[in-house]
Amino acid sequence: MSDHDYRPKSKVGQWFNDRLPLLTLANHLTDYPTPKNLNYWWTFGGILTFCLITQIITGLTLAMHYIAHADMAFESVEHIMRDVNYGWLIRYIHANGASMFFLAVYIHIFRSLFYGSYKAPREIIWIIGIIIYLLMMAAAFMGYVLPWGQMSFWGATVITNLFSAIPFVGEGIVTWLWGGYSVDNPTLTRFFTLHYLIPFLILGLVVLHIWALHVPGNNNPVGIDIKKPSKDTVPFHPYIVIKDGFALLMFMIVFAFFVFYSPNILGHADNYIEANPMVTPAHIVPEWYLLPFYAILRSVPDKLLGVVAMLSAILILAVLPWLDTSKIRSAVFRPLYKQFYWILVADVLILGYVGAMPAEGLYLLIARVATAYYFLHFLVILPVLGFKEKTLPVPLSITEPVLGGSPNLATARKKESKIE
Amino acid sequence: MSEKKTKRRDFLFTATTAVGAVGAAAVVWPMIDQMNPDASVKALASTEVDVSALTPGNTLTVLWRGKPVFIRRRTQEEIDEARKVKMEDLIHPEKDEDRAKNPEWLVMLGVCTHLGCVPLNDKGDYNGWFCPCHGSHYDTSGRIRKGPAPLNMEIPKYEFVNANTIKIG
Repeated sequence: MSDHDYRPKSKVGQWFNDRLPLLTLANHLTDYPTPKNLNYWWTFGGILTFCLITQIITGLTLAMHYIAHADMAFESVEHIMRDVNYGWLIRYIHANGASMFFLAVYIHIFRSLFYGSYKAPREIIWIIGIIIYLLMMAAAFMGYVLPWGQMSFWGATVITNLFSAIPFVGEGIVTWLWGGYSVDNPTLTRFFTLHYLIPFLILGLVVLHIWALHVPGNNNPVGIDIKKPSKDTVPFHPYIVIKDGFALLMFMIVFAFFVFYSPNILGHADNYIEANPMVTPAHIVPEWYLLPFYAILRSVPDKLLGVVAMLSAILILAVLPWLDTSKIRSAVFRPLYKQFYWILVADVLILGYVGAMPAEGLYLLIARVATAYYFLHFLVILPVLGFKEKTLPVPLSITEPVLGGSPNLATARKKESKIE
Repeated sequence: MSEKKTKRRDFLFTATTAVGAVGAAAVVWPMIDQMNPDASVKALASTEVDVSALTPGNTLTVLWRGKPVFIRRRTQEEIDEARKVKMEDLIHPEKDEDRAKNPEWLVMLGVCTHLGCVPLNDKGDYNGWFCPCHGSHYDTSGRIRKGPAPLNMEIPKYEFVNANTIKIG
């Protein structure tokens, strides 16, 4: 890349840049050559950065008013809602912001699955992304505990009890996590500390995620390697900046709709009842973004195996680059994978739906079938497909199918020969 | 010179690393152990409950160490039902005689052994308890009969201080 030749115009800039090459970095980021065919599914990286920063800023301001104590937490949240200037707004942005964050991350992950962005040479980007996703789930879970409502308390009880499934040391680990013999004040204070810490860990990993991305450069909808910089690329600024900005505005409309028109629709009414260790709510459900994994947990009748299945469902994603044996990245050129991809999307949505329903009768049966299919997709279908699938011819550059008028090389060539 | 021999320097590296590892572990342990139950939590070890108002067929729920404890004064039918169950029908075989020394009184932690919810009284397929979270059924002795929970509900240490008072812990 040409970054290293960069030299600031001003004398002061040069003086500074010789001592700390921040301006070289800024120049790299603005000139960064980006595939010119990136579609709107590629704008979610920027949207996610926005979500993280929104959560950090609103979280910091909430922490100025929140009290992490079992006797005062619930009241302090109501105090934020009723007394603190714009407290309701900040809390609703933070609470719905978590959902928006997950909405964006799921689109981001499924975009990678469709266009094969996890494949060589981008495995490290992908794995860092999965670690970020895991940390997001931990942060969201612990954040949900802080208002100390009924769902907070019992959600915390159920999730921490997952560790009791570990043979021999399980009970000891749960007591250690709680700092007592049940979820109580020590649990709340440590969850608050960790909830405060994790976003900054995520921020650090985001830097690594982007750094790792900038080594090979972006994947693109055609999924081929491109020369950088070339006719196939455009500089990040202003082209991608404007496109990302426009997508962000659209996203913020959805965000604002939830915050201003239905701020509680994604939450649970039981969490407006203060935590009571004597009574479990009739129907415990996690937040919507964890439902597919919750469905997997409940579909297995054995305690330990249920926990193992749930964790495997997440961790299996980390080894995806090696489970998918196909050399072709984009599903555009993989007619069979494209169909299995949409079946997987449907499967995950079904898991999410049954995760919200009681674990009995038909729901349980559906959850079991969907769980089995989930693992089948990753462990059997993907490895086999790489060998069996007849893929479509891939264009040699991004420009080729555009000028030929078709993403398919053969038809593009045919058209070209007709013109001749 | 090219011969591979253990040298003084290798010994020094190994010794330094070993001492460093022990030192690091010694510093890390307090950081980990501080999260375990502290002295004030452990001090809340026992609680005394007056059960004189409890009539047969009713349950009293009290809080002990932050967890609910069920004190059930059982009816004769419930005792009979619990005692006639065959051991081979149980997921976690335990005799009712061992769980309720005084058959009229069943004292146990009201915590589902699956993921820690509080089961509901007089519910489920076995006339005992039913956990609303993930559907575990317990019998009139608090033993797991159906569902994902692996164990019977736990019996805490308790004793009758006098005819009307139970001391838990």
